[in-house]
Amino acid sequence: MSQVSHVVAKSDRPRPLWTIKRRDQIAGMLFIAPQLTGIIVFVLIPLGLVFWYSLHEWNVLANSFKFVGSANYKTLLADPALPEVLTATGIFSAGLVVFNMSLALLIAVLLNQKLWGIVVFRTLFFSPVVVSLVAWTIVWSFLLQNNGGINAVLQTMGIEGPNWLRNPSTAMFSIIVIQVFKNVGLNMILFLAALQGVPKELYEAARVDGASAFKQFRRITLPLISPTILLTSIITIVGSLQVFAQIAVLTQGGPGMSTTVLVYYLYQQAFQFHFFGYGATLSIMLFIIVAVLTFAQWQLRKRIVFYEN
Amino acid sequence: MKNISKKLMAMGVACTMLSGGIVSSAMAEELRMTIWSANEGHLALFNGIADGFVASHPDVTVKFDSLPFSNYTTTVTTQIAGGNAPDLAWILETTAADFVNSGALYPLNDVLNAADDYDLDDVSKPPLGLWSRDGVILAMPFSTSPFAMFVNNDLIKDAGAKSPSELIATGDWNWENAIKTASAVGATGKAGLIVRDFKYQNWKNLASIWSGWDAAPWSADGKDCTFAEPEMVSAMNFIHDAIFEKNAIPGPGESVDFFAGDAALTITQISRASLLPKENAFDWDLVPLPAGPAGEYSLIGQAAIGVFASSKNAELAAEFLAYMTNPENSAKLAQFFPSIRGSLLNAKTLGETNALLSEDQLNKVVIEGIAKGSVIPGHTGFAQIEQIVRAGLDAVWVPNADIETALANVCSRIKPLLAR
Repeated sequence: MSQVSHVVAKSDRPRPLWTIKRRDQIAGMLFIAPQLTGIIVFVLIPLGLVFWYSLHEWNVLANSFKFVGSANYKTLLADPALPEVLTATGIFSAGLVVFNMSLALLIAVLLNQKLWGIVVFRTLFFSPVVVSLVAWTIVWSFLLQNNGGINAVLQTMGIEGPNWLRNPSTAMFSIIVIQVFKNVGLNMILFLAALQGVPKELYEAARVDGASAFKQFRRITLPLISPTILLTSIITIVGSLQVFAQIAVLTQGGPGMSTTVLVYYLYQQAFQFHFFGYGATLSIMLFIIVAVLTFAQWQLRKRIVFYEN
Repeated sequence: MKNISKKLMAMGVACTMLSGGIVSSAMAEELRMTIWSANEGHLALFNGIADGFVASHPDVTVKFDSLPFSNYTTTVTTQIAGGNAPDLAWILETTAADFVNSGALYPLNDVLNAADDYDLDDVSKPPLGLWSRDGVILAMPFSTSPFAMFVNNDLIKDAGAKSPSELIATGDWNWENAIKTASAVGATGKAGLIVRDFKYQNWKNLASIWSGWDAAPWSADGKDCTFAEPEMVSAMNFIHDAIFEKNAIPGPGESVDFFAGDAALTITQISRASLLPKENAFDWDLVPLPAGPAGEYSLIGQAAIGVFASSKNAELAAEFLAYMTNPENSAKLAQFFPSIRGSLLNAKTLGETNALLSEDQLNKVVIEGIAKGSVIPGHTGFAQIEQIVRAGLDAVWVPNADIETALANVCSRIKPLLAR
């Protein structure tokens, strides 16, 4: 009974408006407001608009904007070029992820040594990350020309190099390599940080037990850096689906359709052919692909990530 | 529904502009015209003409916005989509059908008829056809520029080959001999013939060769694909042979600049004469295109100026267009951009403003070229057709190509687009 009366008495007391909790909440909201405003204006509203545009036929020149419902989505399903585009996108993404992550991990392991001058090598491998993407690509376009630098070097060794950007098989390979060399430093730094976080005593214990270097890497290093592997794989896959500048500068989607990846195809449809509604539909498809892949990878973490804070 | 659509379009445009960092300089009396040239000589000429207009319209400013040629039309349409359409634009012949048929352009007849001393009757009517619809002029061609061949006589002499002027003198100026000369220079380590801006992408410039075989990408009405016709197959075989067998044309993926003195011959328009080097100049010549198996021919490129109907200052922009293309300014423009005005199409008038070219060159290349020339191919929805053909022709630009099959595949892919 006394407890009941105590509760009643407490609820009768007027609650102060400016509580510490409320002040904290308002302060927190003010702190995130600029970021939130940016996300709403530059991400959420454009995303909604892209979906809205995908339901329309938008002829920029004629200034017409006609609601067509699901017509663009039906066109998407019947688009004869789409299988080629998705194949090129898949080859690029798979090639980039495998090549980039393997190389980044290899370099990180090699650079995870306490040697004099090792910082210079780390800086060298990271430096392409801060170079302008278009400048990087243009330099490579000169190197990869039929009469360019790479073939000139090969010629001095008696090898006749291929026409890198004009051959369907070497064009995609060249673009993957250019992209890997551009961004491998970023993944390398992430792997390096993860490697340096692995406790040294685990290796000492393994050595005492007679584990080989490979076994130590497989049983200690890989499991302990698995959260970083997950993070870099998500970043790399999402990034690979958004490749554009390299294709636009180097091959314009050719030879044939061999390097026409989804984002470049989307650009062609919207900005070159003026099918903005269909371009928006392709954007929605790209968004769904990225979302599904990211979600799937996130789910996979339960299986592949052995150690997570 | 319509209102919601319009509001959402406006919001989208606002977001696009904000995210792209585009700041509209919507001053009431500023006219902005997009052009594809950043050449200093061209810009000085345009600005000089604009100064004359501003002198009589003191509250107006005119700005020329140079956009890269490779993405010119894409950039203009993106600006339109972003709500930042220019008031006037330089429009290329290949996209004429898209702009003219879309209703995007402001009708010019009233303004041109009302302009002082414009003399619309002096403007040749056939070239206006591409830029008019139902008798309404929607853009004014200011440049009808024939494709011709610039020659580096120094390289040809070094290779011990016959120069085009020698071949013209003996009546042997045809494609077989032109390629022999190019091949001889190619054997010296320099390049033979460059089809400027082709780069194994911009295939329409090959019309400067295949027209000599009487070949065309599609029928005159634009409905039927003619890429697989015998004339085109024969022309493409000749070009392929020149590239891969005779080393007369640099192959795919090779970058060579004629105006840097690295090639013997280049096919381009005379407006590119401004690129001829002033320092380390070489002995150059300008000659008509060689005759093909189908005889002599000429190809012309056209560029027109149009006013966007959506412009806030459409009427003022049309007045500027009328001023820019009046007889006096057309004569000035003819220095780089041959006019379609009958009164200006003579060697004497062209020669007064075109110090680089001799009277003989102007007569043979420009005047005869415009008289005989067909316009470079274009079509409604050209950008899409262009990309599909580009992808299809990639199968031709390899050694041992099956040219006939590749061209048949091109036709099967563009047929539905031509029939639209």
